[in-house]
Amino acid sequence: MKPVRFEYAAAASSAAASALLAQVADDAKPIAGGQSLGPMLNLRLARPSALVDVSRASDMRTARDEGDAIFYGGAVTHAEIEDGDVPDATPGWLAAVARRIAYRAVRNRGTIAGSLVHADPAADWVNVLTALGAHVVVARGSAVRTVALCDFFTGPFATVLAHDEVVAGVRVLKRRATARWSYWKFCLKAGDFAKASAAVLRDPERRETRILLGAIERPPVLLDDPLAILQGRRSLADVVTQAAPHLSDEARTLHIAALRRAIALATSDGKPGGGS
Amino acid sequence: MRDVTKSLEGVGSSVLRLEDDRYLRGRGRFIADIRLPGMLDVAFVRSPLAHARIRSVGKPPAHESAIFVMADLKGVQGIKADSGLPGFRSSVQPVLAWEKVRHVGEPLAACVAASRAEAEDIAEMVSLDLDELPAVSEMTRARDPGAPLVHEDWPENVFLETSVDTNFDAAVRDAAVVVKRTFRTARQSMAPMEGRGVVAYWDNSAEQLVVCTSTQMPHIVRNGLAECLGIDQGMIRVVAPDVGGGFGYKGILLSEEVCLAYLAMTLRLPMRWIEDRREHLTGNANCREHHYEITGYAAADGRLLAIDCDAIVDSGAYSAYPFSACLEAAQVASILPGPYQFPGYRCRTWSIASNKPPILPFRGVARTGVCFALEVLLDSIARELNLPPETIRRQNLVRPEQMPFVNITKKIFDSGDYVECLDRAVASIDLPAIRARQAAGEADGRKIGVGFAIFCEQGAHGTSVYSGWGIPMVPGFEQATARLTPDGGLELRVGVQSHGQSLETTLAQIANEVLGVAPRRVKVVHGDTALTPYSTGTWGSRCAVMAGGAVAAACDVLAGRIRKIAGHLLQADPDSVVLADGMARAAAGEISIRDIGTIWYRRPQDLPADVDPAGLEVTQGYKTQRDTGTFSYACHAAVVAVDPELGSVEILDYKIVEDGGVLINPMVVDGQIYGGAAQGIGTALYEEMRYDESGQPMAATFADYHLPGACEIPAFAVEHMEFPSPISRFGQKGIGEGGAIGPPAAIANAVNDALAFLGVEVDTLPITPGRLLAKFAQAREKSEQAA
Repeated sequence: MKPVRFEYAAAASSAAASALLAQVADDAKPIAGGQSLGPMLNLRLARPSALVDVSRASDMRTARDEGDAIFYGGAVTHAEIEDGDVPDATPGWLAAVARRIAYRAVRNRGTIAGSLVHADPAADWVNVLTALGAHVVVARGSAVRTVALCDFFTGPFATVLAHDEVVAGVRVLKRRATARWSYWKFCLKAGDFAKASAAVLRDPERRETRILLGAIERPPVLLDDPLAILQGRRSLADVVTQAAPHLSDEARTLHIAALRRAIALATSDGKPGGGS
Repeated sequence: MRDVTKSLEGVGSSVLRLEDDRYLRGRGRFIADIRLPGMLDVAFVRSPLAHARIRSVGKPPAHESAIFVMADLKGVQGIKADSGLPGFRSSVQPVLAWEKVRHVGEPLAACVAASRAEAEDIAEMVSLDLDELPAVSEMTRARDPGAPLVHEDWPENVFLETSVDTNFDAAVRDAAVVVKRTFRTARQSMAPMEGRGVVAYWDNSAEQLVVCTSTQMPHIVRNGLAECLGIDQGMIRVVAPDVGGGFGYKGILLSEEVCLAYLAMTLRLPMRWIEDRREHLTGNANCREHHYEITGYAAADGRLLAIDCDAIVDSGAYSAYPFSACLEAAQVASILPGPYQFPGYRCRTWSIASNKPPILPFRGVARTGVCFALEVLLDSIARELNLPPETIRRQNLVRPEQMPFVNITKKIFDSGDYVECLDRAVASIDLPAIRARQAAGEADGRKIGVGFAIFCEQGAHGTSVYSGWGIPMVPGFEQATARLTPDGGLELRVGVQSHGQSLETTLAQIANEVLGVAPRRVKVVHGDTALTPYSTGTWGSRCAVMAGGAVAAACDVLAGRIRKIAGHLLQADPDSVVLADGMARAAAGEISIRDIGTIWYRRPQDLPADVDPAGLEVTQGYKTQRDTGTFSYACHAAVVAVDPELGSVEILDYKIVEDGGVLINPMVVDGQIYGGAAQGIGTALYEEMRYDESGQPMAATFADYHLPGACEIPAFAVEHMEFPSPISRFGQKGIGEGGAIGPPAAIANAVNDALAFLGVEVDTLPITPGRLLAKFAQAREKSEQAA
């Protein structure tokens, strides 16, 4: 279980990484923490002829306050979010999510952009950041474009990125304690990928209400008419069937439960925020 | 005979593990840590198909000399492990497959290169022309007319069929209740932290083939290698360095071992193969897959009258060396009655040949499945009779005054109080409190259940048991060598292998018990056929009893010789000399054992004239007083919460009451029980290697094959009972496997207790959310039909 031979180059910035990707090989891939790509390389499921290492790209290693939002460099690790080494755009929600990603050993190396680019439908950031309305900042050479996460994923393990594009970072709008949030996932065991997940965001200040259904073997779905769902005017079974008609009976049952529990967490009389 | 003065480091003391210093600091030396100059790496081309005729295995011309197929292994014999039981069908496992492949992952060719990555590159270039055949992937259909044949010269896919009937028809005549159930356990991967691995090289000075391998049984591997390679045993040395877990996975002669041994011997180049996790999961998921149709007959008061069982074991494609393809099923028939007494018994077993990896006995061997089938059935009978689960068990357990007890399959339970064990577990889990909690209901809507499982575990059973099965390995006397060094230290040489059992500590404690030498001055030498007495190795919960007994026997003789010298020097009767705390003491004075060592080796002029010239090195053999085995036993009690929406199960509490006889090191026993129980929880709730119709394994990584992690393991509470075994040296009983036996039964019973309101029962392991959701749907259908 060893990778096929590949070339290796380290990039000092996201722009340099993009330039290297364009230059070294058509099938070159960026690598940061390697927590998803590493096993795929070893299993020889991924066979890029070159890897561009972005784990030390300086603009991707930090977070900065942009006033209305926090920009997280793409190579910020889950552990850094968990530990509060970078500011949390939310009242602690991101740290709580990070704390339950896989295992600490994975969190020590795994990165926020790595998770998004890998685009596993069950991954936490794929679902949580989509529910929070985050945007990725994509570098192509010196050019930069911004893509809303709800438009970023094109399928399981697939995104809109061109071969030489690099996710330099993620922009997450700040949320105040008046907003309510929940993220509920069902895992067979601690640290495992979710078999079902759902997230609810109610932000009165920004007048946003979002409900997301995740871990559906496809990119997550932001549910239509979320207020009606929150107010109990729509049957959750119908909602899930409509949003993800492809699910097996078992998966459907688990997703209905996930949705019910996420809604309960976000609408309960507990303290604002809540959920995990 | 035990010394009167009780040592603080002898039998019964929780001495900290002597081997932990190197393990916890990462200084162990495992197979993959071995580096030899010029060592080559081997990658195997493995079958992608479960069943196929081999048309050709094509070597790319550029790499022809680096690729070896069966035809290149001149004179090498396949692996054969026949049982002497009548009707056993013999299979030959080729070292590299030829003519046919019979399971996914079966090695077809060995590719040799300077690194594993390059060897894998070459392996990818080997072209396979395979003609796929229909596969035998489901054991319950393997005997169907027209089923494909794994071994074409056999009339059916059965290694062995057995049948036993003891007084069955007479016993069932007055049954008030008959309860029939079907149970199934999943095929598992044992998943030790360290996988298998082999380093083989030719030692020019010793003129020996040296095979370093991650094994539980170096001497048995040498037997097998000599047979397959057709060379003298004297030409082979097998070394097991530190071994990172075995559990039965390393109780086998590997085709990879034979292949590397041949290549190293003929090419005179050192080479290694390190099993990776994909090979482990896809090619070697090889344990636990059972199917039971079991019927219990009981009187109205809960007394068991008879058990009737048809058991099928998926034994895989070949008979693995040395335990054979039928050990698991043979065990099922002999241990199914568990710790209970009842007058009638009938059991038929089939060891099925399938297109899956050859089955190996995993910690607990057949007991985990048997305990699950019997204990869950017993709860079903109890529910039928409206009896509490503890009552029906109390009603049927062998009672202490009956010990030693010969059960219906002629097992001899040596000692103990099974009823007290159950009662203590019921008290420990606080049954009334759980029943009250159940009545009150849970705020979160989950359903609480409690379950018990009680079982006994035969350990250290020997010649009379294994000769009956007639497999290639029958244990006899166990030997140990004890040598006092010139500076008063002790070297123990044993043929068993310590791969997590803490033998470097517990055997030193036994030596301390007899000789008074501090455990830290005892060096346990094991894992090398050149250095240790022959042994069948570490398996069957035998080491504490057999190797422990042998060490004590060798130390006894050594003690006599030390006393003789000490008596002379102290001018005392040798029989009056007491050995303790590193000293030999008599009324007249004392002398250190160190001085005695110095005198024997370096100042022989001071020895008595009639000293035993054999000196201070002793090899002594040992057998238990009766070789039918010690019977440790335990009751596991589990409390679970089942989520009726998700089908998830959380273990809220887990208590274990265990009798391991006299405990040599209680801390080590606790560790064995914790580790075993963690694996049992894997069997109960998580671990499952599924195969599709064509025999393809459905998991290749731990993302798909679920092992329990730290968060899934509760804080076990273990209570010990210490009824000495009358047949072992110190009264110790084998307990190495027990922890892994109870959890599936206890947890399934707890889940069934929680779901009793729905009228459904679990019947298949592992108990996954998917299976429980299906049960909930079944319950809904039933209630809708009723309404």
